[in-house]
Formats: sequence, structure tokens, C-alpha cells
Amino acid sequence: MWIYEKKLEYPIRVSYTNPRLAKEIITQYGGPDGELAASLRYLTQRYTMPTPQAKAVLTDIGTEELAHMEIVAALVYNLIKNATVEEIKAAGLDDYYADHDKALYFVNAAGAPWVASYIQSKGDPVTDLHEDMAAEQKARSTYEYLIRLSDDPDVTDALRFLREREIVHFQRFGETLNLVHEWMDSKKVF
Amino acid sequence: MDQRRRELLRIMELEFAAIELNLFLDTHPDEPRALADYNAVAQELMRAKTAYESRYGPILNYGQSMSQETWRWVEDPWPWEITFNR
Repeated sequence: MWIYEKKLEYPIRVSYTNPRLAKEIITQYGGPDGELAASLRYLTQRYTMPTPQAKAVLTDIGTEELAHMEIVAALVYNLIKNATVEEIKAAGLDDYYADHDKALYFVNAAGAPWVASYIQSKGDPVTDLHEDMAAEQKARSTYEYLIRLSDDPDVTDALRFLREREIVHFQRFGETLNLVHEWMDSKKVF
Repeated sequence: MDQRRRELLRIMELEFAAIELNLFLDTHPDEPRALADYNAVAQELMRAKTAYESRYGPILNYGQSMSQETWRWVEDPWPWEITFNR
């Protein structure tokens, strides 16, 4: 069961219409290291986690990633909502516009649609938690590239918040991995 | 910034503290100070949400919040329509 909260996790500001920046940021909506992939990865891996704490961490971080997906969507929405067709063409977003107008769709920065092969669910908790830690680092790198590309300090502020969350999640997954190792040692499971 | 955004910002601050403490407690369930902080933040968050909802309608769906007089859940603005520009 999930409950929707009619609020964003973090307040967003967008200085001006900027379809070029939207085209780049959308990769964190539907790209390989984006928030949809993160959320679905954790929420599907949790079923085969062996300890109650690992189930909790994957459920809670998977849920927070949905809130991050909403922040990224809100940024893209506000960056393009007032764009003219001329501005969209000039920004190179015309290919996207041909298929989606200004609707949100799960694609990476180059327009490739989201695919399930971005994520893995392996059944081995050590393997899955290593994938999760790598996923957080990949998302951190992507946010750093987006921060370099951003020419809007207001949008950069939200990107910085999202980058910091990747670091916290990496820390919590690392602790979870240690706890799973301790559990395996206590069970003598090899 | 208008009154509504100020109240929403306060809810976001409190809930962010709750998220951080929640994730910390997931891997440190035996930390009494973090637990006390979590419970204190949760109580203040509940108060802030109740006050906000009395003015602007439910912030939660599916029976987690009540709607006074009319069904205010459907009212604009939705979260992506509220920016906090200075």
C-alpha cells in the first residue's frame, strides 16, 4: 500500500523557460541511472532480502526515490511549460516534442526509452546491495554532470539536494550490507 | 513568499528531518536519541499538517486525512504547480 502526499519532498524554483536544460535533466526521470530505475530496483529487490532491516531500508529508500522522480518531473514540467515551438526547436527538443508534446515520458537525455534491463534483481542480497551502492554512485555522478550543465542557479539548488540524497542512500546501503554480512556469519550461510 | 508556501516549507523541513531519522534508524534501531528525535519530529509534523489541511484541504489521500465540508482533495494546485521562486 502507498499513500500519496500532496507536496514535493523539496521546494523547487525555476528561473526561466529552458527546454535545453529540461532535455538534459529528463535523464534522471527515465534514464539508466534515473529515479524511476532507482525506485523500481529497490522496491522489487526487497522481496528477497533476508533481514527485517534490509527489507525496511529497501522499502523506505525505494519510496523516497518516487518522491525524487516527482521532483525531477516538476523541474522538467516547469522548464518547458511556457516554451514556444521555436524555443523547443532551438533547444533540440523537437524530436521529443513530435512524440510527446510537453508531456512527461521516461527517456534518457538522448531520447532512448526506459527499459527494465537498466536494473537487476538477483536474489543474492550481497549482490543486490552492491548493485544498489553502485546505482547511488552512478546517480551522484549524473547529478554532478547536470550541475555542470545547468545555467539556472535555482534549478542547480534542487539538483544539489538530489545529489546529496544519493550520498546518504549510499551510506545506508553500505550499513545494510554490513548487517547482512553479520547475519550470514551468524547463520553460517555460504 | 505567501502564507501557504511558508506553511508548506515548514512541513517539508519537518518531514525531511523525519525521512533522515527514519533511514538512520533503519540501520541503527537501538539508538535512543535518534528514536526520541524521530518521535518529537513526527508529533510536530502531524501538528503542522493538521493546521495546513484546515486551510488548504487534505495533504494525504485514502483516509489518512479528513476533508472539511467539501471534497477538497481535487483542488488545484498540485505539487508540481507550486514553485518557490524568490
